[in-house]
Amino acid sequence: MTAIYTLWLRQIKKYLRSKSRIIGSLGQPILFLVALGFGFGHIFEQAGQGNYIQFLAPGVIAMSILFTAIFGGIEIIWDRQFGFLKETLVAPVSRFEIMLGRTLGGATVAIFQGIIVLFISMLIGFRVTNFALLPLALVFMFLIALMFTALGTAIASVVQDMTGFPLIMNFIVMPLFFLSGSLFPPGNLPSVLNVVVKINPLSYGIDGLRGTLGQMAHFGLPADFVVMVVIAAALIGVGSYLFSKIQV
Amino acid sequence: MENIIETKNLTKKFGDFTAVNNISFSVKKGEMFAFLGPNGAGKTTTIKMLTTLLAPTEGNITMDGHDVFHQQNKARQTFGIVFQDPSLDDELTAYENMDMHGMLYGIPAAQRKERIKTLLDFVELWDRKDSMVREFSGGMKRRLEIARGFMHKPKILFLDEPTIGLDPQTRNHIWAYLKKLNQEEGLTVFLTTHHMEEADRVSNRIAIIDHGKIIAQGSPEELKQRTGKQTLEEAFLELTGHQVRPEEASSVDTLRGQAKMWGRRR
Repeated sequence: MTAIYTLWLRQIKKYLRSKSRIIGSLGQPILFLVALGFGFGHIFEQAGQGNYIQFLAPGVIAMSILFTAIFGGIEIIWDRQFGFLKETLVAPVSRFEIMLGRTLGGATVAIFQGIIVLFISMLIGFRVTNFALLPLALVFMFLIALMFTALGTAIASVVQDMTGFPLIMNFIVMPLFFLSGSLFPPGNLPSVLNVVVKINPLSYGIDGLRGTLGQMAHFGLPADFVVMVVIAAALIGVGSYLFSKIQV
Repeated sequence: MENIIETKNLTKKFGDFTAVNNISFSVKKGEMFAFLGPNGAGKTTTIKMLTTLLAPTEGNITMDGHDVFHQQNKARQTFGIVFQDPSLDDELTAYENMDMHGMLYGIPAAQRKERIKTLLDFVELWDRKDSMVREFSGGMKRRLEIARGFMHKPKILFLDEPTIGLDPQTRNHIWAYLKKLNQEEGLTVFLTTHHMEEADRVSNRIAIIDHGKIIAQGSPEELKQRTGKQTLEEAFLELTGHQVRPEEASSVDTLRGQAKMWGRRR
């Protein structure tokens, strides 16, 4: 347990110290909220879909969690190259504890980031309709964060260095975000896209956030919850398996 | 004197390549043991197997009575290691690096506090305890790593080229610390180095490995006598030949460039 706490604490300390990273990573979500939110707001409303900011904000919150979480996991590549990983691997703790501590740390950081974006969206005009559901929204944020930190860990365990970074960005992170119903409603899509959106776990995370923060959930909250829990658990399993195979 | 490390028929193969080929050796308690060899001879692979980072293809290792692979965590408690490349967290302070190590090794808080003070005083870094490690020079990092490696009171300290890239002042400083730990605490030191006069000066016993095999063992004097040479360097060259060995490329330098590009301060 101490090992898990130690590695969790390390991530939190490093996060709180890197003010420039915190502020820097808020640029993108703000840009999405402002440019897309106000840019498409009018059209969205004319199409009879209601307030676009109200629809978009949960997607953008999930986006910032997704990015922070994946990078939190991928940080293992740095630790491996700069040696700190070895220091943890020779310590008298199991690899599973190391993986879990790091993943929980990365996930916590990602939730912080999501909460900051939630506040920013509220400044821009997003309304939380039912504050009683807010704890449930945090649960969904946690599940998204956990799932993608574990995915980042899994990726970092098989990728040797950062040269594959653009590949990860353009073929995993970006598609996960754009094809998730974050920017557009999941119904009424061309059939291929519909399938892609439905097999993307982030769609359920975002749907869960929407359902708890302001609007109706498309898939329904219970379905969202079950899908998220199952896939998060599966990715933690895969992540810790691949992490246990790392050789330094 | 009893043996604190014993290896039997240790072999490591990577595909067709045999990095370490059926070696057996032992290290006595309280001894300064130098493990020497040219680049690519199998030194680092052996250290990785000794320190649980790599599973041997065949053979076994006992460390202070524990089987290194079946009682991994017990074996890990008995040794500390200073790796060839730095393994500190640059974005934490010296104190935090020490504290984190103590937590990972399950040392209670009060004891950690006391131990960090003692050890940072010992390596003369106490007044820099709250500085970020990235502000440290190479020598300071090394000293911090030695202090950290000794944090959980290991019986054995592995040092993989501990003085690489350091000036003579710092080198002497570091050897002085290690000698002191060796004499006062009975610490067993297992070291590798390419500085033969260093190995000659500090070690009680030497094993020379080449092409994955141990080709000679003995005290520095014995090795010199056996080869009829004046210095250990000459004896080493006599035993391993004069041919220059290919060196393994490190990706760390390229990565440091990339790290800068991605906004990490390293």
